[in-house]
Amino acid sequence: MARIGVFVCHCGSNIAGVVDINRTVEAARKMPQVVYAADAKYTCSEAGQSAIRDAIKQHRLNRVVVSACSPRMHENTFRRTVASAGLNPYLMEIANIREHCSWVHGDNKEAATSKAIDLIGMAVAKVTRDEPLTPKRVSMTPRALVIGGGITGIQAALDIANAGHEVVLVEREPSIGGRMSQLDKTFPTLDCSACILTPKMVDLAQHPKITLLTSAEVKSVNGFVGNFEVEIRQKSRLVDHVKCTGCGTCWQKCPENVNSEFDMGMGKRKSIYIPFAQAVPNKPVIDTASCRYIKYLKWAETKEGKKPPECRICEKICPTGAIDWEQPEQILTEKFGAIVVATGFKTFDHSVLGEYGGGRIPDVISGLQLERLMSASGPTGGEVKRPSDGAHPKTVVIVSCVGSRDDRIGRPYCSKICCMYNAKHAIMLKEHDPEIQIYIFYIDVRTGGKDFEEFYRRSQQEAGALWIRGRVSKIHREGKKLIVRGEDSLIGRPVEIPADLVVLATGVEASDGVVGLAQTLNISHDSYNFLVEAHPKLRPVETHTDGVFVAGAAVGPRDIPESVAHGGAAAAKAIGLLSKEELATDPMTAIVDPVKCVSCFACHEVCPFGAPEKETLRDGRTVSVINESKCKGCGLCIVACRPGAINLRGFTSQQVLAEVTSLWR
Amino acid sequence: MAQTPYAYFPGCTLHGTMLEYNASARLVCEAAGVDLRELKDWNCCGAWSAHTTDYMLGLALPARNLQKAEAMQLPMVVPCAVGFSRMKLAMHEMENPAVLSAVNQAIDKPFKNSVVVEPLLKVLASDSLDLEVKKPLQGLKVACYYGCLLVRPQKILKFDDENNPQTMDKLMSRLGAEPVDWDFKTECCGAGMSMPRPDVVNRLSSKILLAARSMGADCIAVACPMCHFNLDFHQREVEAERKEKIQMPALYFTQLMGLALGFSAKKLMLDKHLVDPMPMLKSKGMAA
Ligand SMILES: Cc1cc2nc3c(=O)[nH]c(=O)nc-3n(C[C@H](O)[C@H](O)[C@H](O)COP(=O)(O)OP(=O)(O)OC[C@H]3O[C@@H](n4cnc5c(N)ncnc54)[C@H](O)[C@@H]3O)c2cc1C
Ligand code: SF4
Ligand code: SF4
Repeated sequence: MARIGVFVCHCGSNIAGVVDINRTVEAARKMPQVVYAADAKYTCSEAGQSAIRDAIKQHRLNRVVVSACSPRMHENTFRRTVASAGLNPYLMEIANIREHCSWVHGDNKEAATSKAIDLIGMAVAKVTRDEPLTPKRVSMTPRALVIGGGITGIQAALDIANAGHEVVLVEREPSIGGRMSQLDKTFPTLDCSACILTPKMVDLAQHPKITLLTSAEVKSVNGFVGNFEVEIRQKSRLVDHVKCTGCGTCWQKCPENVNSEFDMGMGKRKSIYIPFAQAVPNKPVIDTASCRYIKYLKWAETKEGKKPPECRICEKICPTGAIDWEQPEQILTEKFGAIVVATGFKTFDHSVLGEYGGGRIPDVISGLQLERLMSASGPTGGEVKRPSDGAHPKTVVIVSCVGSRDDRIGRPYCSKICCMYNAKHAIMLKEHDPEIQIYIFYIDVRTGGKDFEEFYRRSQQEAGALWIRGRVSKIHREGKKLIVRGEDSLIGRPVEIPADLVVLATGVEASDGVVGLAQTLNISHDSYNFLVEAHPKLRPVETHTDGVFVAGAAVGPRDIPESVAHGGAAAAKAIGLLSKEELATDPMTAIVDPVKCVSCFACHEVCPFGAPEKETLRDGRTVSVINESKCKGCGLCIVACRPGAINLRGFTSQQVLAEVTSLWR
Repeated sequence: MAQTPYAYFPGCTLHGTMLEYNASARLVCEAAGVDLRELKDWNCCGAWSAHTTDYMLGLALPARNLQKAEAMQLPMVVPCAVGFSRMKLAMHEMENPAVLSAVNQAIDKPFKNSVVVEPLLKVLASDSLDLEVKKPLQGLKVACYYGCLLVRPQKILKFDDENNPQTMDKLMSRLGAEPVDWDFKTECCGAGMSMPRPDVVNRLSSKILLAARSMGADCIAVACPMCHFNLDFHQREVEAERKEKIQMPALYFTQLMGLALGFSAKKLMLDKHLVDPMPMLKSKGMAA
């Protein structure tokens, strides 16, 4: 026999200002199986909670209804309250008479009061049918997977490893470092990017708790928080990194030159290469698209066209015999408790913009290309020379918001970092050559960060950069000059600037392949393919998939300080998770009645979390069974199941029906 | 040679000031198997004036011509960029049934707005044409100039890229010439402003002429009488203002095509230009 207590909250005047509390309490007292009803000014306060505890003891209550605010607010609070008085926490129901009643019916107190009574009646009907539930415990694999080895992923990996947990970092390029490794200096302090990044890269590679997998990608993810099972594809590098000492003989002698991705096409690399001098690991890979011997092997299959040279110079010259033409791709299967996704960004490809030359004008370059030209370890040894003829530019025009804030091309968002790197480029160009004059076209200058506005002013005062408010409509060549035509919207006139070099501040875009990865991980991305956090303000690194965290520029445009903070935040969340020995799972999950199940597996189709699995019974039938650790209790399968074989613990169909029928009493 | 028929709308200028465009167009079309069947009783397309003074007039004038092509059940080919743009933009407006029926009140025969309109450049640059290049334009550096109206607005005209069109460049390469890579292909020459604001036209055309020169072009190839007028006729004024000789010949692409296909300078009316192309062509051995 149920002995139910109902507690009606005033919530100050939030509820009591609209709902007639006395009448409500009176009505509750008369409901079936209710043996006690009372009101309180603030039920969630210590006084309010101890009143509940006392009443449970005094009136031998075995079920409780709290009629107050939304369960999203205080369900856990009141579960703990009843638990501390010895009740199973799942024998408590909340009737939301604030958000669902007083806040929205302030204009009709009479109706609000009768609705509050109805809502309580429903909760009473439901709580009568509540069963005690106990969370299951699952063990925790105390290891983390970090995907992406930019500054965000590096920070996250180091933080997690320093807290004592094992980490595997998967980076798809041959080296970690991400975009930051391509930068020359960094705003707003102008410290050299490599000098602050390289030590971290080395720390990571040498950390006893970290396994670094480069040229690798995540292939599949199974399991759930605490126990993910991940398949990692280690691509073939054709170089045995155990034998290789990184001596560098091979890439000095390789005869094949190709455009360097790392130098953004501003310089060359070999077919067997490390992307840059400080690369981690400092061991080469062979690029199969350009390698002469690989081309020869392909030719040998068909014997079509001209015979490429058989080369194999690297193999002949390698003192340790590390070249391995047979090296297979490997699939590694690893278990992890938590996953951090830090796959970063790429820059907008300006070749789609015909008005800026469509990528055909060599001296119209991107900001990232300029970084490579300014870098002392870059293709020009840090001399700013324009690509067409190697001349030192004297007039440089920088164009902001290229591929940002532009509805025309579906990029309405602000890329956030470009205003600041434009200011940086102005200051650095002036340092390279005091005779340079810099013009920067902008829509707005956005410098909302610590020391940012001062840095922007420095670009004007020290570097003498002229910031022109307006968009550039066209860039064209006239002999050796580039004519930049735009509008100075402050004076309302078109302007034309003859420049030697034009730098486009190309915006931030989601990195390639992130959509597939998001699907593999069961996390969401927005319409621009940036990853979506569980809450943009309050849960910035969590996702809706427990145990998967997102960080850095993969979530949206971010500068380095933010990316580092973000990587650290994701690490903190992962560490918190990994330091638990066991995980309690929410017991409000779906459960299949195998007798009713007709094996249609409609539930497998609808579940967004992959919770339904198959099980073969002793009678030979294969039926659906819900993996409780994956189930989020969303209820989709319950509606999809035609024979009604699935029920949701704590929210059974019978309970819902009882709630509804309580309304026509 | 098999001849593909087209409904030909020459437009006023090809029967007036720009006879050389018409003559050269007809010559190369015949040689290339393009059968031009001129619309009977065609009228002015409205050019600059009609649509800027009266919305319905700006639609009815092209519609009356379009209707004739529709009745002939042939695609319409237009050599003039202005005419092409008027036809296409009017058709775009008439996609709205209310507009179409209003236009039908104004013209003499019923029009369904279901005709294909192509610029002559597209037809003649088609890869499927069998061109017998007798005198390749070897060593001729051509700045292909499309002007604004042939390609803009790209979404409606659906012809070529509005910043870096390629049709004429590819055609010139096919004829043996060397198209220069330049950025003024679709910059405005001043267009219809040549009467009310010659100063504007002079400024804009001078940019195009100088850009072509700076990229090493021997001549500019055009596909529009208006562009030709602004680049050829106005060149004298530009030269006077700048106090320097430019002498950049502006030729119709059909004339260059004609030379390559072996027609004489006389037949192609190369003597009609104010900036005489003959010295340049002679120096390249392309004309006697
Ligand atoms: C021109 C330019 C100048 C800049 N200047 C500054 C500056 O001065 N100061 C400043 O604070 N910020 C600057 N920034 C911003 C800075 O580059 C970013 O804040 C930073 O790189 C973000 O780091 P990240 O690790 O999140 O992403 P990234 O640096 O993009 O790193 C992501 C990594 O993940 C890897 N990856 C991607 N997908 C996968 C996958 N599926 N599997 C495995 N690995 C994957 C990538 O290969 C890469 O190594 C600049 C940016 C640009 C473009
Ligand atoms: S030569 Fe051999 S050992 Fe030296 S870097 Fe190349 S692969 Fe490694
Ligand atoms: S085989 Fe030749 S081309 Fe290929 S990586 Fe080795 S040295 Fe370079």
